Amino acid sequence: MFNWMSQTLAVTALNLRTIPQRLGSSGVAIIGIAGVVIVLVSVLSIASGFTAAMQSSGSPSRAIVMRSGADSEMTSGLTGAEVDVIKQAPGLRREGQTTLASAELYVIIDIHKKSTDTSANVPMRGVQPTVMAVRSEASIVEGRMLEFGTNEIVVGRGASGQFAGLTVGNEFKSGQDTWKVVGVFETDGGVSETEIWCDARVLQGAYRRGNSYQSLLAQLDSSDSFNTFRDWLTANPQVNVQVRREADYYAQQSRALSGLIQGVGFGIAALMGIGAVFGAILTMYTAVSTRSREIATLRALGFNATSVVVSVLAESLALAAIGGALGGVAAYFAFNGYQTSTMNFSTFSQVAFAFQVTPQLLGMGLTYALAMGLIGGLFPAVRAARLPIPTALREL
Amino acid sequence: MKFLPLLWSSLWRKKVRTIFTLLSVFIAFLLFGVLMTIRGAFSFGIDIAGIDRLVLIHKVSLIMPLPVSYLARLNTTEGVTMATHNTWFGGVYQDPANFFAQIAVEPEPFMKLYPEYQVPPEQMQAWLADRQGVMVGVDLAKRFGWKVGDRIPIVGTIWQPKQGQVWEFNIAGLYDGESGIDKTQFFFHYDYLDENRLQGEGLVGWYIVKIGDPGAAQQMGATFDGMFANSSAETKTTTEKGFVEGFAKQVGDIGAIMIAITIAVLFTMILVAANTMAQSVRERTSEVGVLKTLGFSNASILALVLSESVLIAVIGGGLGLATAWAFVQQGDPTGGMLPIFVLPTRDVIFGGALIVGLGLLAGALPAMNAMNLKITDALRRA
Repeated sequence: MFNWMSQTLAVTALNLRTIPQRLGSSGVAIIGIAGVVIVLVSVLSIASGFTAAMQSSGSPSRAIVMRSGADSEMTSGLTGAEVDVIKQAPGLRREGQTTLASAELYVIIDIHKKSTDTSANVPMRGVQPTVMAVRSEASIVEGRMLEFGTNEIVVGRGASGQFAGLTVGNEFKSGQDTWKVVGVFETDGGVSETEIWCDARVLQGAYRRGNSYQSLLAQLDSSDSFNTFRDWLTANPQVNVQVRREADYYAQQSRALSGLIQGVGFGIAALMGIGAVFGAILTMYTAVSTRSREIATLRALGFNATSVVVSVLAESLALAAIGGALGGVAAYFAFNGYQTSTMNFSTFSQVAFAFQVTPQLLGMGLTYALAMGLIGGLFPAVRAARLPIPTALREL
Repeated sequence: MKFLPLLWSSLWRKKVRTIFTLLSVFIAFLLFGVLMTIRGAFSFGIDIAGIDRLVLIHKVSLIMPLPVSYLARLNTTEGVTMATHNTWFGGVYQDPANFFAQIAVEPEPFMKLYPEYQVPPEQMQAWLADRQGVMVGVDLAKRFGWKVGDRIPIVGTIWQPKQGQVWEFNIAGLYDGESGIDKTQFFFHYDYLDENRLQGEGLVGWYIVKIGDPGAAQQMGATFDGMFANSSAETKTTTEKGFVEGFAKQVGDIGAIMIAITIAVLFTMILVAANTMAQSVRERTSEVGVLKTLGFSNASILALVLSESVLIAVIGGGLGLATAWAFVQQGDPTGGMLPIFVLPTRDVIFGGALIVGLGLLAGALPAMNAMNLKITDALRRA
């Protein structure tokens, strides 16, 4: 047993030490595997960034109320009277006389996107003065909060970065209205950072919506009071609404797009992985066949077949690990934090988000690389061990 | 041609290696085909968008409606061949996940403006005759197993009917079209929508205007926008191509990402294939020496080695592209998210050129080495 161990170690060490001598073909294997890992990690980092933005938008301790049948704020509608009723519902948090709820309008407005220089559908939200109290994670990071009753707006950090003209102090015209940017806000990376906020009453006038809103966002008294709130509203004949937890609402909105990106990402990575396994097999075959005389000599000297198998596998795993690590590092530096924006199909509006290369993704990339190395090394290793010694010694 | 057997036997000198080289080239071009298809799908049919059709939307944003009264003014403007309006319906069929586009149109002018949608004349008649009739794309009908005569209930999300929640439609016909045309849409009578909706009477989503001279698109656009300036609903006019392009750009640079991935894949594969081919020529140094001794010219050695690598590329890559094509023929695998799912002919031709290029590139270095080999060295080196 000890003998076998020391044999294996000796051959493996020999193999690993001689990798630099086969730099060409080893390099090919490393680059091939690194390429797969880069593609896998970077494509999935898009999905994870998008999902993270959507998830951090929704708090389980808030409820969003929309007209029943509406699948997004965009298609919903609530009358002023309904809003008044909803604010009376039990289960909501109240501070003194005010209910922590904000009835909102959600529209889109055409603004130039800096990266493409074409116009983009930027979401604009009309909010009520309670907005900052309802969204406790929101804070003004530049300038000040808007003055209600005026044409002032505050813009999300993401929107300010992605779209032209959204800087503090700037004014822009949209249709008949002029809007003045007075502040920039953050909401812990959520989708609201792509939005523009203005006074709901002013937006009602600008978009000719009368006294109507589209959704109502409310702080629940406690996470458990959701059912009280929902059941009261569902049973109330004065309103025709559906109530969802905010977190559920955003999770449902992101499902389609992140599913698509993940599907495409895994599909491409799987195909590329198969290609890279073939590449690894080829490399290891080449490595084995150039050294068949060497291997046969070892076998003739009394080294056993298993240690040869292990040594070839170890070499291929080592190459795969290097490739996987290189790929992961490259993907991290190239894509982590890369800011972009895309269309959220459920509201036809832009969502800004950052690619996220998470530790889980890096771990997955490395695992994938090692699996490729294992499969790629297995056949050549068995072949090396099966090589008939006399033929191999005569070869070349 | 007479060297084909020689070529063939040297190809199969090491079976396993050749098979794996073939497989990796196969995978590379399978991926190429699929990626190009996805890229095409994310450009939303820009290649077939008409240049003689202009799109008028509300200046503030696409979601703002325009009054139906603009139609008469557009139709009487000089240079306009025909105008019509469309309205986004955005309803839900059974489950929100079953997304597809439902658009309220004026059937007659709409079908004249879009001759690329092909419909049997009797179905067209049936559609005109039935107020609740819809014209459905063949791909959409296939997806849900619909046939002509079926009754389709759709829940309105934007537009509520005067009674209940559900809008009922009858499938009057199925439209088809060439590849690259979106066959997953659902067109129905605007009149049916307008008469039965709870609010929003007389409002439309956007206008499509066909103009006589595509070269004058810019001026015509300016004319239209000028006509409606300072009204309560100002407009923004773009060509249909520009409109689709802008939409695709909003989704993001999917095309650029796909091309970057394709380059990474092809680069990796070329590296692997070239390395293997170089290795296989190196192993045969003495054989090359023998061939040269037998009187093979340098040029024919070069040709032999190059055609070997090109042959591998063509077999592997050709099969890969063919498989990608066969896969794409199955239609959109996401169930409706990528309505235009076809492998563009342009990309097939480009792929063919890449295959030959890959073969030549991978074989170039070993072929040059083999050609320049001195007979004495070659025979001695073994």
